[in-house]
Amino acid sequence: MTGWLLHHRQAAEQALRRLAATPLNTLLGALVLGIALALPAGGEMMLANFQRLAQRIAATPQISVFMALDAGKKDVAEVESLLRRHPQTQKVRLVPREETLRRLKDSEGLGEVIESLPRNPFPDAFVVVPGDETPEALEAMRAEFVKYPKVEHVQLDSAWVKKLDAFLRLARLTVTLLAAVLGVALVAVTFNTIRLQILTQEAEIEVSRLLGATDAFIRRPFYYFGALQGLAGGLVAWGAVLVATLLLRGPVADLAALYGIEFALHILPLSDSALLFGLAALLGWAGARLSLSRHLRD
Amino acid sequence: MIRFEQVGKRYPGGIAALAELTFAVESGEMVILSGHSGAGKSTLLKLIPAIERPTQGAVVVNGQNVAALKRAAIPFLRRNIGMIFQDQKLLYDRSAFDNVMLPLAIAGVATRDAGRRVRAALDKVGLLEREKAMPVALSGGEQQRLAIARAVVARPSILIADEPTAHLDDDTARDIATTFHAFNQVGVTVLVATHHESLFAPFMTRRITLAHGRLLP
Repeated sequence: MTGWLLHHRQAAEQALRRLAATPLNTLLGALVLGIALALPAGGEMMLANFQRLAQRIAATPQISVFMALDAGKKDVAEVESLLRRHPQTQKVRLVPREETLRRLKDSEGLGEVIESLPRNPFPDAFVVVPGDETPEALEAMRAEFVKYPKVEHVQLDSAWVKKLDAFLRLARLTVTLLAAVLGVALVAVTFNTIRLQILTQEAEIEVSRLLGATDAFIRRPFYYFGALQGLAGGLVAWGAVLVATLLLRGPVADLAALYGIEFALHILPLSDSALLFGLAALLGWAGARLSLSRHLRD
Repeated sequence: MIRFEQVGKRYPGGIAALAELTFAVESGEMVILSGHSGAGKSTLLKLIPAIERPTQGAVVVNGQNVAALKRAAIPFLRRNIGMIFQDQKLLYDRSAFDNVMLPLAIAGVATRDAGRRVRAALDKVGLLEREKAMPVALSGGEQQRLAIARAVVARPSILIADEPTAHLDDDTARDIATTFHAFNQVGVTVLVATHHESLFAPFMTRRITLAHGRLLP
């Protein structure tokens, strides 16, 4: 057991020595791998943030019920009582047309436009929080509400949640495909680096064999080399995404504020960071393994 | 103990490098292997650590038939055989100390213990002062002594050497021959292939002679 540990420590040290022996090559290799990995890692960071945002916004679906412009106070009161009595509504809030007008007058940019309008263009509206949030129930409610007297339009806020969901699924697939393609690139780069390493170490490999080294002893430093190079690439990618996150945080917060959302860009989550390092090291190891089986003559 | 039984080695193309070799080197014995260039001395030595395999017969080293050894077992056979090559096969990217360290690293000897043994081996060949030197900075004789230190550091029971005194001046060559004799004196089985038999004459060693791949009687 201690002999086994010793061999692994020696192999790791040897791999580090070989990496340190050619610092420029090591740095360039780590940069190439890091930049390749930064694309999917950065995509994952954006995606994780989008998901967090989407969850916050779409936590409770709402149904907006817009009355016709010519609806009178009586009609509004009737619809309100219908909505309140409906078994599947949890909360019903009336947004009077005067309130909508006032709010938009106060909002920047739109104020002057609203001011210039001859009459109030906004209808009375209800915001309904449904008790049942399944898409079928929401659809059924929409179909029912639209038949109420003087109701002009019913909008399901779940529609844009669905769109957002579809968008996020597509984005997730894109990031995964990107990660797969660049993962293959990482394996290919390691494959080639290890091939060159084997050529450089040819004398050492031959002499070690003559002195009684097992195949495992000869291969081990190359495995460590590949895994360490992959890990270095992962670290570069992680650092690049971190820098990008910090640089984007201010502008993104400003942009979100324009939409009335308070939002701070988060750095890559811990689990994703661990996954990045683990995969980078594993792919480096795999590249080394492929290269050894191809280039190391037994 | 090394025993050859009816050993033949034929390379592809039909050239017989060795034929009908039968002889033994007893434990603790020192034997000189002589013969003209191309007589098959190097090939014979390569059969012992299974660098080459015989096409006929058995090569028995310490009770094991090397000819039938599984590939995975060969490293462990080699750890018990110190080898000195005509071209030394030193690693030129590391110090004398690290060259001698390699067999111990391969055998998994703990670092502190290993350092002590490396210095002991360098001391035996008179290179203790040069432990930090790179091989290129060493003279021909020093390089050969370094190769010997590497061969003996793991305390093998068998030492085989292929023309260890080639390209060395007479004094240095005698010096190397004496070093081999000293290892034999402490119980190591030594087999040296050389065409400088006279160097080993003072030690009254047994001599076997190859000619065209066969032993001369």
